[in-house]
Amino acid sequence: MSEFAFPPGLVLVLGGLLIPFTSNRRRLALLLGLPVLTLLVVWSLPDGVLVRTTFLDYTLEPVRATAEGRLFATIFAIMAFAGGLYAYRQASTLELTAAFVYAGSAVGVTFAGDLLTLFVFWEVMALGSTAVIWAASTVSSQRAGMRYLLLHLLGGVVLMIGIIAQVSTTGSLAFEPMTPDSVPTVLILIGFLVNAGAPPLSAWIADAYPEASPSGTVFLSAFTTKTAVFTLLVGFPGADILVPIGLYMVFYGIIYALLENDMRRILAYSIVNQVGFMVAAIGIGTEMALNGAAAHAFAHIIYKALLLMSAGSVLLMTARRKCTDLGGLFQSMPVTAVNGIIGALAISAFPFTSGFVTKSLETQAAANEGMLLVWLLLLAASAGVFLHAGIKFPWFVFFQKDSGLRPPDPPVNLRYAMWLFSFLCLAIGIYPAPLYAILPYPVDYQPYTVDHLVTQFQVLLFAGFAFFVMLKQMRRTLTISLDFDWFYRKFFKEIAGEFTLRTSAARDAREEQALAGVLRMIDRLYKHHGPGSTAARTWPTGSMVLWVAVLLGVSLLFYYL
Amino acid sequence: MDHLAVLVVIVPLMSAPVCVLLDRSRPAWLTSLVAAWFSFGAAVMLLLRVSAEGPLRYSLGGWEAPWGIEFRIDVLGGYVLLIVTAVAALVMVFARHSVEQEIPHDRIARFYAALLLVFAGLAGITVTGDAFNLFVFLEISSLASYAAISMGRDRRALSASFQYLVMGTIGATFILIGIGMLYMMTGTLNMIDLAARLPEVSDSRTVRAGFAFLTVGIGLKLALFPLHLWLPNAYAYAPSTVTAFLAATATKVAVYALLRFVLEIFGVEFSLHAMPLDRILVFLGLLGILSGSLVAVFQRDLKRMLAYSSVAQIGYMVLGIGLASVTGVTAAILHVFNHALMKGALFLALGAVAYRVGAVTLREFAGMGQRLPWTTAAIVLGGLSLIGVPPTAGFVSKWYLVLGTLEQGLWLVAMLVLFGSLLALIYVWKLVEAAYFKPPPANAAAVAEAPLSMLVPVWTLVAANIYFGLYTDVSVGLASRVAHDLVGGGG
Repeated sequence: MSEFAFPPGLVLVLGGLLIPFTSNRRRLALLLGLPVLTLLVVWSLPDGVLVRTTFLDYTLEPVRATAEGRLFATIFAIMAFAGGLYAYRQASTLELTAAFVYAGSAVGVTFAGDLLTLFVFWEVMALGSTAVIWAASTVSSQRAGMRYLLLHLLGGVVLMIGIIAQVSTTGSLAFEPMTPDSVPTVLILIGFLVNAGAPPLSAWIADAYPEASPSGTVFLSAFTTKTAVFTLLVGFPGADILVPIGLYMVFYGIIYALLENDMRRILAYSIVNQVGFMVAAIGIGTEMALNGAAAHAFAHIIYKALLLMSAGSVLLMTARRKCTDLGGLFQSMPVTAVNGIIGALAISAFPFTSGFVTKSLETQAAANEGMLLVWLLLLAASAGVFLHAGIKFPWFVFFQKDSGLRPPDPPVNLRYAMWLFSFLCLAIGIYPAPLYAILPYPVDYQPYTVDHLVTQFQVLLFAGFAFFVMLKQMRRTLTISLDFDWFYRKFFKEIAGEFTLRTSAARDAREEQALAGVLRMIDRLYKHHGPGSTAARTWPTGSMVLWVAVLLGVSLLFYYL
Repeated sequence: MDHLAVLVVIVPLMSAPVCVLLDRSRPAWLTSLVAAWFSFGAAVMLLLRVSAEGPLRYSLGGWEAPWGIEFRIDVLGGYVLLIVTAVAALVMVFARHSVEQEIPHDRIARFYAALLLVFAGLAGITVTGDAFNLFVFLEISSLASYAAISMGRDRRALSASFQYLVMGTIGATFILIGIGMLYMMTGTLNMIDLAARLPEVSDSRTVRAGFAFLTVGIGLKLALFPLHLWLPNAYAYAPSTVTAFLAATATKVAVYALLRFVLEIFGVEFSLHAMPLDRILVFLGLLGILSGSLVAVFQRDLKRMLAYSSVAQIGYMVLGIGLASVTGVTAAILHVFNHALMKGALFLALGAVAYRVGAVTLREFAGMGQRLPWTTAAIVLGGLSLIGVPPTAGFVSKWYLVLGTLEQGLWLVAMLVLFGSLLALIYVWKLVEAAYFKPPPANAAAVAEAPLSMLVPVWTLVAANIYFGLYTDVSVGLASRVAHDLVGGGG
């Protein structure tokens, strides 16, 4: 330890714990000042291991600055800033505190040089995010939060075992690139992937995030999955298995988002989809692909938060969350609508937005590696993204039919937060050089070529075309004008409708079954382990002695054999 | 300096009758306090000396070993002695107010006498080098603890104490039978001589029967699952001071006895390789972890909850011994130390709550975060250590335990150990939820924070939990040294 370096994550964690003791003006200063301070600390640290301590027989590196870590820490701090601004007025004290601790531990992960430090921040993140969900204080948020917590703790157990096993085989705790070819590393990979929302555990994102408060969802969307992307980026670059996993997530997100009606759930599924792009890119593993994953994560946090801020504003002002209950809000909420559209364009990788200059790094990396299938699938998925997030969300919420609602735009702090992120979306899109400069590897890529622009416009055009052709099915009106149309209007619609119904029914049934199973198990446990049960009641002395005799007999038997 | 080895036991032992003779509460407390702190100081000096110069041998009355009784303190004994005396010293500070409230005034002096006898007995077990003498000290501590438990406020304390008496006596008898059989075969009661002579005769049925009686007898004292049934009631209904003291020390000393007999006298080769004790211990340890934690999850009485959690924690220690490796035994010894810290802190804090509020169930605990902020915060920190959250002491011992299981490729066991931690998380969470997220009961009277004489020992232990989670040189260093001595460097 040559000089004292303050762990950047602790700025937000410790500062966040001060939030309950402040009010109004001072609180706002804290909410905005802490992220700025974090940014200063992050950028003042030179590269390399800055703090080294020993724990047990191992070397810990609680602060290790790397290009990747700095990039992710930067966006996390920016996110905490905008999120704090957005949440300042309406969020509860618990939510703000939890969100800042959560954000701080995410920053902590990005500066972790060893697996143990990483694990500690990882678990604090799980607790912080759960508290953010619970802060919505609705019955459904309590339940969703509990499911979320259990899943993440279980993921934490897998990760912990992986870490300890890794230590016992290699003798080192360092967080370095690994290959998933032994049991310990596979366990660590699984632990990371649980947080990324990888199959088969992708459902927790859409299950838990939309249950948080409007501002809570904004925070949640940014940190957990993206720290998972960061750990995969550092820990498992080029692991082949990540490509199919990522592609699965991409299409899982698209399909479920298309079937979904709740606007924030649509956006939650689209998180899975977007993280899928990053995971697949990490699996490709070339410098360009890794740059792409990092840049995409950076841009994604901004536009996804922007979309959720816009959706959150709608929810806050109308208290409705279903697309079918909304519509026509453009007239009375122009600011929210414009910002929502900018976010939607960015996520669709529309030229001159942040999505365009970052996502294309990933597809180009696949093309460079000659992975034709991967490239085609990613391109097809880009169209799918435009369909579900780029058009579906703004169209059904702000245009479409007039729902008759005339809510005003949200309070000023929400509007500022949205404008800030819209500005960033466009700024990165138009002038990507500063972002490219802080990527982990040198960038030699020019997004604005005629070829690329034409391709992208084609993709978007056809996807848009497809959306409006199928619009009637999507909003379930029954105007049949042409005989031939029947096939794709009626027949396909029936099939699609049937599919939706069946799958959702099956999903409900499965969820119910699982819930009932869990409840039954708890009942049974209670019967045997609750107060007054066999295991917990006061036994007569005779039975106690019987156990002694049994154990003595068994021991004697074993020892004599 | 040499006489410290005997003074550490004699001083509390002799202070007990002094308490009875004084027969007034304040002087009796003062006597106990001084005796406990003296022993603590002596223990620190002994451990320092032993770890620097090797085992200290002291012949009682000047009679050399084979004829007389020998006290023999090595690092293991000194380590456990330090735990016992440190907890005793802190508990005595805590005791004054708590005892004045919970024990009828005319019995306080005798209560302190009983407590001192328990203490002297436990300390004696750790220093003696003679198998029969160990039994004698065990009986001293047990008999005194039956008396101390029966003085609990709840009338059920009497029946709990009686059950403990029956079970404890059976355990002690088994131990005596076991020692008798060993004496028959080897003709010596000195531990070192026993260890030297046993291998020659270890094939005989007598030795094996002796081994069975000893392990089951110690298992009873240890509250090894399924011989733990006496423990929850005894802990739940005993006076707060006694619960805290016994939970932090009595089972630890039993673990010490197990280590001493199984690993040193019988030897690793015989106990854990020739005999299937390792598998039995792993199996019963795991059962204890899971069953104890599950029951704790559903308990509403907090003292009982922590008592069942003790059953689970003992499971961790036994599991570590059963692994029969240096890492496993290190984990066990380390957990003896860390568990004393966490359970001591938790039971003392509950005692402070009981002092202010009366009984402690989950319902009465609602809103405690506002009513007794410092005490509740201590309980939460102790609970975190119980779960094994870094950077607390509990994490360090879990780490070594999981490391030990993985060394032997026991993945399933490692999973179950961590699953046990998740269960601990659930019951600790129930405490936190009640304390901070529920409003106090409507009829709750306003109470003041616990007195300083209670908060200081509680927070000393809490601080120790965190200190030994961060700086592990002392605790891990000693534990792994002992484990190397016991199991042998190679294993």
